[in-house]
Amino acid sequence: MYTGSLRALIDELGRLPGIGPKSAQRIAFYILKIPSEDARRLADSIVAVKDRTTLCEQCFNVAESGNLCDVCADDRRDAHVVCVVEDPRDIVAVERTQQFRGRYHVLHGALNPLEGIGPDQLRVRELLGRIDAEEITETILCTNPNLEGEATAMYLARLLTPLGIAVTRIASGLPVGGDLEYADELTLGRAIEGRRAVVP
Amino acid sequence: MTLVRDAGVVLRTYRLGEADRIVVLLTEGHGKVRAVAKGVRRTSSKWGARLEPLSHVALLLWQGRSDLAVVNQAEVLDHFRAVREDLERVADGFAMLEAADQLAQESHADPGLYTMLVGALRALADTRNDARMIVPSFFVKALAHEGAGPVLDACARCAKPAGSVDLVAFDITEGGALCTACRRGRPVSAAALEVLRQILGGALGRVLSAPRPACADEVAALATEAMEGHLDRRLRAVHATSGLTW
Ligand SMILES: [Zn+2]
Ligand SMILES: [Zn+2]
Repeated sequence: MYTGSLRALIDELGRLPGIGPKSAQRIAFYILKIPSEDARRLADSIVAVKDRTTLCEQCFNVAESGNLCDVCADDRRDAHVVCVVEDPRDIVAVERTQQFRGRYHVLHGALNPLEGIGPDQLRVRELLGRIDAEEITETILCTNPNLEGEATAMYLARLLTPLGIAVTRIASGLPVGGDLEYADELTLGRAIEGRRAVVP
Repeated sequence: MTLVRDAGVVLRTYRLGEADRIVVLLTEGHGKVRAVAKGVRRTSSKWGARLEPLSHVALLLWQGRSDLAVVNQAEVLDHFRAVREDLERVADGFAMLEAADQLAQESHADPGLYTMLVGALRALADTRNDARMIVPSFFVKALAHEGAGPVLDACARCAKPAGSVDLVAFDITEGGALCTACRRGRPVSAAALEVLRQILGGALGRVLSAPRPACADEVAALATEAMEGHLDRRLRAVHATSGLTW
C-alpha cells in the first residue's frame, strides 16, 4: 500500500514493543506532518542513545559511554549498601521512593528456567565480585515479587549469606489504596507475616 | 463470546503490551488454554499472585473465535506456597510445568494429565516428602499416560521377559530396557529399573515416602532422558536449574 521510505518507517515502528501495525501507521503519518527539525531531533536522539549510552561498568545501570552511572558517580551515596534489581527501570522506580541512599546492582533479568535463563545469563558473578572489592555490608534483594523474582532472590541469598553480609528482601504486601477483600491469598498471607508494630 | 468455567494450572506467562500477560494454562476440561490477563503486571492489579505460574485456579474465561481467551475471574485453589519458597522445589516445579506444557495440546481435553500435574504439585508442596523422586515419577507416569511409557519387564528389542534375561541397558528410542544381547544406550542398574516399576505399578506413594534410594540420580536421569526422547527436545528447565541447587 505504501512504498519506499514511508513503508520502511512503518515497518521499523511496528517492531517496537507494544506497537501494532495500526499504531505504527498513525505514528508514521504524525512524523510525516511535523516540522523537519522536530523529526531530525527525534532521529538524532535515537542515534545518540545508541552511540553514547552503555552500561555502567560497576552496577550495569545505563550510563553515558565511558562513565559510571549517575548513582555510582555520586559519592554522597552509601557505598556499603547495594540494592539488587532485575532491570535499570527498577532503579528509577526505587529512586522515586526517595527511601534508598545506597547503590544498585542490575542483574538484567531473573532466573527463568522455562526460557533457559540460569545464573550464567545474569550479572550474578559481577555482583559477587563487588562484595569484597567495595566492602559491601548489606544487599537488599529487590527482584520482582513473582515466581521468577522470588526464585532469583532465594538463589542470591544462598550465595550472599555465607559471605557474612546482611541480606534482606523487600517486603511484599498490599498495594496502598487497595481494598483488602480484593487481595489474593498469597499476597495477603505474606502481608500478615510481614506485619509490623503500630506506634500508638 | 461465551463464558467458560474451568479449573487449571498456570504453566507459564508472557508479557503482552504495557501491563498485560498471556497466561498459558493446563485446564481440566479444555486442554491447554492461552488467555489474556488484563493489567496483571500492575502492582495494583486485582489479579495479584493468582495468575502466576504454579497457581492452581478456578477460572471464568471469555472464549471468542480467536485462540486467545480472556480471563474474566480467577479464584485460587492452591498456590503451592511450599514449592514457591524453596529453591529445590521451585526448580522441580518449573521442570514439571515445562513438560506439561509440551505434552498438552490446545483445545484437546486431557483430564488425566491435568490430574497428574495437580497431584505431583501437591506432593511437591508436602514437605514431608523427599522432593527428589517427584519429578522423575511425574515424567514416567505422564509418559505412560501418553502411551509412551518405557518397557521395563522385558527386553524392549527382543521381548524376552526379565526373568529369562538380565536387563542391563536403557534406550528410550528402542522403547525401554534392553538385555545383554541387545544392549545399547546407557547402562542401567536393576535397582533403578525396580524403582521405575514401582512408580508405574501403583506403588508411587511408597516410593515418595521411602528414604531416598541410592539410585535416585540414575532414576532421575533415565526419566529425563525418556521424557526428552518422547518430546524430541531438551527440557530447558531441567538443565537451567541443574547447576543451581544440588
Ligand atoms: Zn553504576
Ligand atoms: Zn533383547
